[in-house]
Amino acid sequence: MPLLEIRELTKSYREPDGSPLPILDIPHFDVASGEQVVLRGRSGCGKTTFLHSVAGLASVSSGTIKIAGVEINRLSEIGRDRFRAQNIGYVFQTFNLLPGFSALENVLLGMAFTGQGVDRDRAHHLLERVGLAHRLAHHPAALSVGEQQRVAVARALANKPVLLLADEPTANIDPAHQQQVIDLLREVCAAEDVAMLLVTHAPEVSDQFERVEYLEQLNRVAAA
Amino acid sequence: MNLFQIAWRNLSQRPLASTLTGLSMALGVASIVCVIVIHGVAVERFEQDAQGYHFIVGEKGSALQLVLSTVYHLDKPLPPISYDYYRELKTGKYAEFVDAVVPYCLGDSYDANGTLFRVVGTTPELFERLKYDGETNYKFSSGENFKSDHFYEAVVGSVVASQGKLKVGDTFNPTHGLQAEGDKHQEFKVVGVLAPTGTANDRALFVNMEGFFLLEGHALAPKESATETNSIESGEPLGPTVGYDNEGKTVDPLPENQREVTAMLVLAKNATMSMALSTTIMKGDDRAIQAVAPGSVVTQLLDKFFAPVRAILLVLTSLIVLVAAIGILVSIYNSMSERKHDIAVMRALGASRWTVQAIVLLESVMLALLGGLAGIFLGHLMVGLANPFVEPLTGISLDMFAFNPLELVLIVSVMALATVAGFVPAWTAYNTDVAKALGAMR
Repeated sequence: MPLLEIRELTKSYREPDGSPLPILDIPHFDVASGEQVVLRGRSGCGKTTFLHSVAGLASVSSGTIKIAGVEINRLSEIGRDRFRAQNIGYVFQTFNLLPGFSALENVLLGMAFTGQGVDRDRAHHLLERVGLAHRLAHHPAALSVGEQQRVAVARALANKPVLLLADEPTANIDPAHQQQVIDLLREVCAAEDVAMLLVTHAPEVSDQFERVEYLEQLNRVAAA
Repeated sequence: MNLFQIAWRNLSQRPLASTLTGLSMALGVASIVCVIVIHGVAVERFEQDAQGYHFIVGEKGSALQLVLSTVYHLDKPLPPISYDYYRELKTGKYAEFVDAVVPYCLGDSYDANGTLFRVVGTTPELFERLKYDGETNYKFSSGENFKSDHFYEAVVGSVVASQGKLKVGDTFNPTHGLQAEGDKHQEFKVVGVLAPTGTANDRALFVNMEGFFLLEGHALAPKESATETNSIESGEPLGPTVGYDNEGKTVDPLPENQREVTAMLVLAKNATMSMALSTTIMKGDDRAIQAVAPGSVVTQLLDKFFAPVRAILLVLTSLIVLVAAIGILVSIYNSMSERKHDIAVMRALGASRWTVQAIVLLESVMLALLGGLAGIFLGHLMVGLANPFVEPLTGISLDMFAFNPLELVLIVSVMALATVAGFVPAWTAYNTDVAKALGAMR
């Protein structure tokens, strides 16, 4: 059984005149457990909306999204929040570390909403694993761009998720550090047996993955 | 990392805004604390001062004026009454009901380095038979009580001693009248300094009544006295038949028919006798005197004057706290637009709408709680700092550690107010559109 299973997913926004504006119409999409998939697509084809829908941050109009057998779009909003906290890691394009929190606290923050308490040892271990054992108490402003992204990766993996969603994680990083981030994501996900769905528009990134999907092909709206 | 730590981190991120908002709350709470503590202490002291005897006898007139002038050494004394009323209570027909009666002769004052204090002519029984708060005996920090046959001896209250730098062995000259520019009387010698009592008596000088009678302008003409008191019984002298001045020379006391007293503090043998005796005095047809239980007058005074003033002050200070709570609302609300990013990230990490709302509410409550606790500390500190200035003027000692249970109610109220104030920004957090906020970061 696939880890992520999407069937007949549609998502529409409403135009100012009340008419529906279709964004997504994806009949079928699967990701296996531990699989690493790149999703490419031109700007505005619905990549971020798709990730938000998979993460349960945005509701869908119809269809099903199953993660580890749980149909998340049938869960209540609080249920989706809890499921996301426990099962999905999210790496943002702009890292989105909270500026008032240290590197360690940013990782602990990722554990704060699971309802299961925080595991400081794991937070330490993850930061050690991404090479930041010596920067635990540093706030984001005191970290380099590459270090910030590594903290973001550690935070996304804090709760031992089954699926990691990465939204253009290298877009704001200079070419010298891009490869480090990709290597880190791939390595850590492989080690933790976490499936990864990585959105990018950079061919030099997507070329490194065995499976690359194009949203224009998956999404009937974009194809049209 | 729990919600409290997250809320605290959020507050720490805006140190200036958080400090100023907390400070405004602290000042509001401090002003309420000052009102509560000062009012509480003042009421306690007012009630305490009026204890130790059952009623005061004085000329018919304003009961409040009689109490203020006798108990608190404030206001103008009522006109004096015949000395024979003192005799009636001391050895006469009412003596069987009375445990102690202490006469007060008022009308003189003493200027102690710019502060005017009242001089009270009385008997040593004031400090021997009466207890100043109903249960505590008077004590002397130095010296002793004056003797009844040493006409020009005096005891001074602790505040007077401190303000006037008077000590045992010193002398002072009372001023005739209640204004500093009156004529100076013959000098009295300080033989005792009272230990602080926390009552108005700390702000008075007590001289031997026998000497007081002999001061210029204090004696009645014999004829006048005889006319006034022809219906009142007479008998053996109540005071010493011979006395001494401060050089040991003998002094004749003023004849009793030339004497008057301003008031008398009466301690009856029990409450029932007190009631019966005061009723008898009040109902006497030919009487020119009244018997006033100071407690009831003080209660009226507190209800009619202090309670409304306190209510007004509490309303005003509560407005300060309300403004501070609005300050919290504005401070957190203004930060919401820049924090949509953080809220969206927390939502993406799995925080529910309720959780982010709770974090914002916690920030508001924590600001109010810290501001409130700082306010309580500040309020008590202000009370403590004010004490050295207030005590010499009023005799009321403000204890900076005098906590009032209302302060706990205040803290709870402030937190409730902060919860209401925090609800507006919390609602904004609740309704943050995560997808939009995350998209706006792109």
